[in-house]
Amino acid sequence: MDQTAEPVAYAVLAGVFAGLASGYMGSLMVAKRMALVGDVLSHVALPGIALGILLDFNPFLGAFAFLLAAVGATWYIERSTRLPLDAVIGVMFVFALALGVLLTPAPDLLEALFGDIANVAWLDAAIAVGISTLVVLGVRAIYPGVVLSHISEELAVSAKVRVGWVTFIYLFLVAVVVATGIKVVGTLLVGALVILPAAAAKNVSASLARYGALSAAFGGVSAVAGILLSSATGVPPGPLVVLVGTGMFLASVVTKRIMGPRG
Amino acid sequence: MADHAHRTRTETESLGPNALRVSNLTVRLDGRTVLQDVSFDVRRGTTLAILGPNGAGKTVLLRTLLGLVPHEGTIAWREGTKIGYVPQNLFVADMPITVREFLGIKRGTDLQESLASVGLDPASILDERLGTLSGGQMQRVLIAWAIADRPDVLLFDEPLSNVDLGGEDLILETLNRIEKAFGITVLLVSHDVHNVIEYSDTALALNRTVVYFGPSKNLSDPALLARVYGSGTLLSKHAH
Repeated sequence: MDQTAEPVAYAVLAGVFAGLASGYMGSLMVAKRMALVGDVLSHVALPGIALGILLDFNPFLGAFAFLLAAVGATWYIERSTRLPLDAVIGVMFVFALALGVLLTPAPDLLEALFGDIANVAWLDAAIAVGISTLVVLGVRAIYPGVVLSHISEELAVSAKVRVGWVTFIYLFLVAVVVATGIKVVGTLLVGALVILPAAAAKNVSASLARYGALSAAFGGVSAVAGILLSSATGVPPGPLVVLVGTGMFLASVVTKRIMGPRG
Repeated sequence: MADHAHRTRTETESLGPNALRVSNLTVRLDGRTVLQDVSFDVRRGTTLAILGPNGAGKTVLLRTLLGLVPHEGTIAWREGTKIGYVPQNLFVADMPITVREFLGIKRGTDLQESLASVGLDPASILDERLGTLSGGQMQRVLIAWAIADRPDVLLFDEPLSNVDLGGEDLILETLNRIEKAFGITVLLVSHDVHNVIEYSDTALALNRTVVYFGPSKNLSDPALLARVYGSGTLLSKHAH
């Protein structure tokens, strides 16, 4: 492996796992009509990234800490006020974005907003692989409970689903996925990593099994394709990952029109 | 779910032949009293119809019985009661989920047997997308879900609201058959007095508080019906 191939290999490894995990997680978020929550939450990470840069610790940890705090506060406010989840998250989003832009040093702002997957070290890649694997396993475990709670909370309760806990774990996993995805495409575009694969998969799926699997696959493929295209052209990878995802979505719209959703 | 209900009760014994005893139940939502001082009991193996105009608190009562709503007063289920619930609506219109996957969420469900017991052909419906079912088919799939783990009590929220006229009898027949076969206690919320008189043993008419609690057959009395729904209500209005 030559000197340039190695970072690309790490980037591809981190990208494919982060893409798989965000795609799979996104399938739950799109099904729950919370597609934009990932997008909004991603901005909450910005002040954490800024603190990491300013105080010289791993920005991922800062992002994750802020996301966790936001998720905890969201969960608590939603349960205690019964405000819609998106309204609560919306309040945090604008506050965090304002704070993040003020705190982030100007030279680093672009990287924080659009990601730096091209500069992934082996440790970052290993962390991304480990965390993404745990996310996929976690999402798989809560999938039936989240789907059922969305279909009917009463039905979920009568089936002994612990709706409060399932929602908390779900939001926790959203935070983890967003923090991991930020490395790939940055805070501005991480929402796309969650929304696009699931939206495309939903167009061509008539069953949950196919929907979840295709969402994960589309997420992994768009991340890898974007990173490889970036490596070949020198264009930043974040926007390319999103463009590949958008292309998949458009293809799914055409496929749906021609064939309809498949089992 | 009954476990949660058990935690909220203060009375634990002497239910006698009853499956459920509710005493002095009051529910306040956002500072508004939705149910006030509601008391009733339900004998095992019988059907209780919960009636009342829109906004009377019928669905809130079902949700409270499920343990979803904070309340004052006592809800005492017979020890170890297993509750099955049939909701009025599901948010599945755009959810890619098949009947097989939906029923499969309930662990240990015998898909073939559950569907056959509500008169649906498993072979033709299992791989259908849930969102494409007719109102009547959906209602029967929901009943199949609810009875899959042999509950002692079934809670129904408006079982006939999304079913076309021809399908209503089929649903009621299905309910009757299940009730007889398994000896299940049924609580159903309904706006349809006609079906309630015919189908249930006891009626609980609500309008924030209890307006009537007693044998369903008494509801054929126009004076009582007027008290439940307000003056000017005729039985024929609800008859099919």
